Amino acid sequence: TLEACCSRAWTSCFNSTSIMAVEFEGGVVIGADSRTTTGAYIANRVTDKLTPIHERIFCCRSGSAADTQAIADAVTYQLGFHSIELDEAPLVQTAASLFREMCYRYREELMAGIIVAGWDPRRGGQVYTVPVGGMMTRQPVSVGGSGSSYIYGYVDSNYRAGMSKEECLKFTAEALTLAMERDGSSGGVVRLAVVSEQGVERQVILGNQLPKFSTV
Amino acid sequence: MATVSVRQYHRGGFSFENCKRNALLEADINKLGFSSPAARKTGTTICGVVYKDGVVLGADTRATEGMVVADKNCSKIHYISPNVYCCGAGTAADTEMTTQIISSNLELHSLSTGRLPRVATANRMLKQMLFRYQGYIGAALVLGGVDSTGPQLYSIYPHGSTDKLPYVTMGSGSLAAMAVFEDRYKPNMEEEEAKRLVRDAIAAGIFNDLGSGSNIDLCVITKGKVDYLRPHDVANKKGVREDKINGRPETGNYRYKHGTTGVLTKAVTPLNLEVVEESVQTMDTS
Repeated sequence: TLEACCSRAWTSCFNSTSIMAVEFEGGVVIGADSRTTTGAYIANRVTDKLTPIHERIFCCRSGSAADTQAIADAVTYQLGFHSIELDEAPLVQTAASLFREMCYRYREELMAGIIVAGWDPRRGGQVYTVPVGGMMTRQPVSVGGSGSSYIYGYVDSNYRAGMSKEECLKFTAEALTLAMERDGSSGGVVRLAVVSEQGVERQVILGNQLPKFSTV
Repeated sequence: MATVSVRQYHRGGFSFENCKRNALLEADINKLGFSSPAARKTGTTICGVVYKDGVVLGADTRATEGMVVADKNCSKIHYISPNVYCCGAGTAADTEMTTQIISSNLELHSLSTGRLPRVATANRMLKQMLFRYQGYIGAALVLGGVDSTGPQLYSIYPHGSTDKLPYVTMGSGSLAAMAVFEDRYKPNMEEEEAKRLVRDAIAAGIFNDLGSGSNIDLCVITKGKVDYLRPHDVANKKGVREDKINGRPETGNYRYKHGTTGVLTKAVTPLNLEVVEESVQTMDTS
């Protein structure tokens, strides 16, 4: 039956996700967990949810894997074309706008929560969040995915404006670890990336190297 | 995209109106007591592994129609291009036609570029088509091949999401096969080791999943060479009946020995029949 074809058994979803992005002076730090689930089965335990859209613009994907991959591919094409037309590096706001256009226009059909983050020469490091529904807003720090519910308190209390790159990396890694700890549907490894004028530095924190918090 | 013009709201895309109609019709039919025919699915175990020189794809060979085996030896490893093959799980018709369509388009594309097709191209074509149909095409695929960028393996889901990984499994037996992979996979294996691993993973699916069974097919793809091993392992040979006497099985044999029935009289009457000339003309149907 048609129902069987498009039942949950086949949907590869990563609504079960924890993603995060933080602005700092000179760039952004972005991070994500690495779990993709189909129902209760982990289809991919080493997913890369930090997708490059342009040389210095990334997006963190949460929601339906199929929807976010398709949207990201479409925006990558549009932004690349636009950048060639302009003959200069595109703005992060432009990328975020393209995501918003698509996510809002097709909001009934899509399930996509995206955080756009990157660096451009005009405004430096920026984080824009485009949650389900297609709103777009710029935030100094943004979290998303099902695991984000558990770390709003941690993020609100520990974020300070003017953190350095290393402090941001530590902050992101710890926040995501806490989210993965409590959210059954986030897990695997923590993928981090620093996007700045110098380019992109990526790193992976494996399960046994995650920061340890005391649990009673 | 580059022109400055008034944006027309374009009504393109596939119309899913008939899907709602079909669901209503199905409900009506069910009320009358009938059921619509079930699509033949390949309750399946398919998997793939990247090894030192290329990729090994594996599949079982059972096709099911509900709880009945429709085909005991179906071929689930489909040709995409000389260097790219694709295993398919889900609705049999969907995997067959989808792979054929993309194989055809990829050949045209390859003629246009003048190059051997890339696995990433096949991946993109498949995911864009499946996303367009929003999961209504029930095709879950394991795509593997070797091109100028090296050996690659992708898993593609019916809704259009893909994952590029060193080892993947799909189908109803995927959990059993993945258990074998997670235990024994190592990067940069030798060919024999990789074939053994894939064979064992499919075997795990065949023997632990009701939807998978029969034989194990393998496809080893390396740079410039493809070994399509069908079957690689006949894991479920049809048994021979026990109890043989003189090479003939006793049970199920209804020929009686000479002398079982006593003969009272015997009369032989030869029939003089005319042999008529007979000639056969064959028609050339080539």
